[in-house]
Amino acid sequence: MASEYDGMWKGLGMDLVAHDQLLGVLGQGYTDVFLSQKDRPAGMDYFNFVMSEVHGLRIKEILEAREQGEKVVGSYCVFVPEEIVRAAGATLVGLCSGADFAMEEVERILPRNTCALIKSSFGFKLGKVCPYLESADMIVGENTCDGKKKSYEQLDKLVSNLYVMDLPQTKSDSARAMLKAEYARFAKAMEELTGNSITVESLKQGIAITNAKRKALHRLAAIRKADPEPISGLDALLASQVSFYDAPVRFTQSVNALCDELEKRVADNVGVFPAKTPRILMTGCPMAVPNWKLPWIVESSGAVIVGEESCVGERGIRNLTDDSAQDMDSLLEAIVDRYFKIDCAVFTPNEDRAEHIIQMAWDYKADGVIHYSLNFCQPYQIESMGLDARLAKEGIPYLRIETDYSPEDAQQLKTRVEAFVEMIG
Amino acid sequence: MVFAGLDIGSRSMELVLLHEGQVVEWRKSDTGYDPLGQAAGIMEGLSWDSLVATGYGRKLLAQNVEATVITEIQAHAIGARHLFPDCRTILDIGGQDSKAMALLPNGKISRFEMNDRCAAGTGKFLEFMASGLSQPLDEFGAFALSGQPGVSINSMCTVFAETEATSLMAKGCQANDIALALHHSVVRRSLSMLKRVGLNPPVVFTGGVARNPCMVRLLEQDLATKLQVPEQPEMTGALGAALYGASKAEAHLTASSADHAAGRPYRG
Repeated sequence: MASEYDGMWKGLGMDLVAHDQLLGVLGQGYTDVFLSQKDRPAGMDYFNFVMSEVHGLRIKEILEAREQGEKVVGSYCVFVPEEIVRAAGATLVGLCSGADFAMEEVERILPRNTCALIKSSFGFKLGKVCPYLESADMIVGENTCDGKKKSYEQLDKLVSNLYVMDLPQTKSDSARAMLKAEYARFAKAMEELTGNSITVESLKQGIAITNAKRKALHRLAAIRKADPEPISGLDALLASQVSFYDAPVRFTQSVNALCDELEKRVADNVGVFPAKTPRILMTGCPMAVPNWKLPWIVESSGAVIVGEESCVGERGIRNLTDDSAQDMDSLLEAIVDRYFKIDCAVFTPNEDRAEHIIQMAWDYKADGVIHYSLNFCQPYQIESMGLDARLAKEGIPYLRIETDYSPEDAQQLKTRVEAFVEMIG
Repeated sequence: MVFAGLDIGSRSMELVLLHEGQVVEWRKSDTGYDPLGQAAGIMEGLSWDSLVATGYGRKLLAQNVEATVITEIQAHAIGARHLFPDCRTILDIGGQDSKAMALLPNGKISRFEMNDRCAAGTGKFLEFMASGLSQPLDEFGAFALSGQPGVSINSMCTVFAETEATSLMAKGCQANDIALALHHSVVRRSLSMLKRVGLNPPVVFTGGVARNPCMVRLLEQDLATKLQVPEQPEMTGALGAALYGASKAEAHLTASSADHAAGRPYRG
């Protein structure tokens, strides 16, 4: 299947045949999961378009800007400070993961019992099917979990532009100082990469762009407290997922336009599911495109997802960065303050996350919480066990799911989710 | 009114017809490779006012026949509770899945556990092992009960467990001792599921595997409590499905007569 972008993809060194297969599967999945939904908001048309061009027009746009000298930074984690990347005049994109690809090759480099997210990111590299990765001038790996930090040692052999950012594991004062030192080092690396110096002004602008994006997503999240729910959890998740790829200012406008429509729906009591549909809060590992398996199962089992406590969701965007300071060091402090609050499961202890889950369950009026963890993701799996007693104490029904990107367990998952919905309904 | 419940499991399907609260008909058949065809066969010559389907094949059936669907988890809870009104915990081991459910005193499910993607610790495991030891499945439990403790099978994976069994045979272990060890391994897995949901007696054991006397004996030993086992344990899901249909019809009638009593028009 020839595409107008074939030349561009070829120029990036991608495997066109494999990539065609990937787009075929992605397109079919998108049709089945998203386009088949009823009463979708008109504002989702923009996101449909972005998804249909996610490896096409968006890459073309990025490459055109790159020709004008704009550098591209690829990231695998919400700890990579977007404010600093933008301040240096570079573009930040999330790198591909979320589907199994070239697994035989991956398992020659990584053990089979590595989580699906890490294996997938290697699969996209080895299969030569991620145009974001191939367009990136710098790939930022971050030392979060053991799986990721050890696998970056292997990724470093596959790419020439890996930058590894160290991250703390506790919320102590020395850990905070370490994060600040790492962000200062990263700012310097960004200046070197782009040739631009980061100024108070450019950093404030970077903060403003990033905060505006977060605020738009906060607005979308607040709308989801309504019953009937004006937007499906799948569509809201899609907006979060697209935030990792899209041009930030345009993304912010599109989310706000969607919110205008949704607020009207709420005022008119219009929903995509009937009022009193059982409401689910999802929590756990991030869900990258096209990992829609579990949300799709939930929303086709008579429930609606009302929030995501996830890096692709509220955990990733919860706090804003204070932009009131007038000097570099204070702005950097503000950025460190903001990111240091992220309650990723790699931190120990990580009590904030349990508190946030309970708070979100009440705020979004969830009837139950579903914890999603990837197989072999110990940080989230272990936290998911502890949450059991915490949520029971609050009287919040709870279902723990451990899965990966393969469809083989879909039927069993469906039975478990349906039974959970019956239980809370 | 006649209420039908059909449980289309991975290995077998069961049908129950209820009339005025009594089971008036029950049937059973293999699921085979053509569940719809088998379902048509099992339902042949029968009629009903409401059909509720459960089990793996529930969706497939509902796409082809007018039927309500509920999960096998809810169906077993309703069925077990009907047969044993005080039951608080249910262990169901069927052909390819196993589940443990905890019920609140009012009968609502408070939590459940289910095996995920593989059939370890289910009827299929026992079936496979019985055939490996050249024993008819119906007699495998009694055969295992004649074995002596002392050997153990540690793997829950069917393929690895068979490897273990083969190496035990090569060491000269008796087949019935190995059979006992295989039952112990399924029991260990069931216990861990039961413990995860919290173990409140009375415990009801449902599903086809509850017919296996060795499973019942070992579970009772380890739980130090007597299990309640329905006379036809594999029928529990179908019974629960039929009862669900009956309770929905009753709720509908009650709501209608309440409308009627309140002077509201009858809405059918």
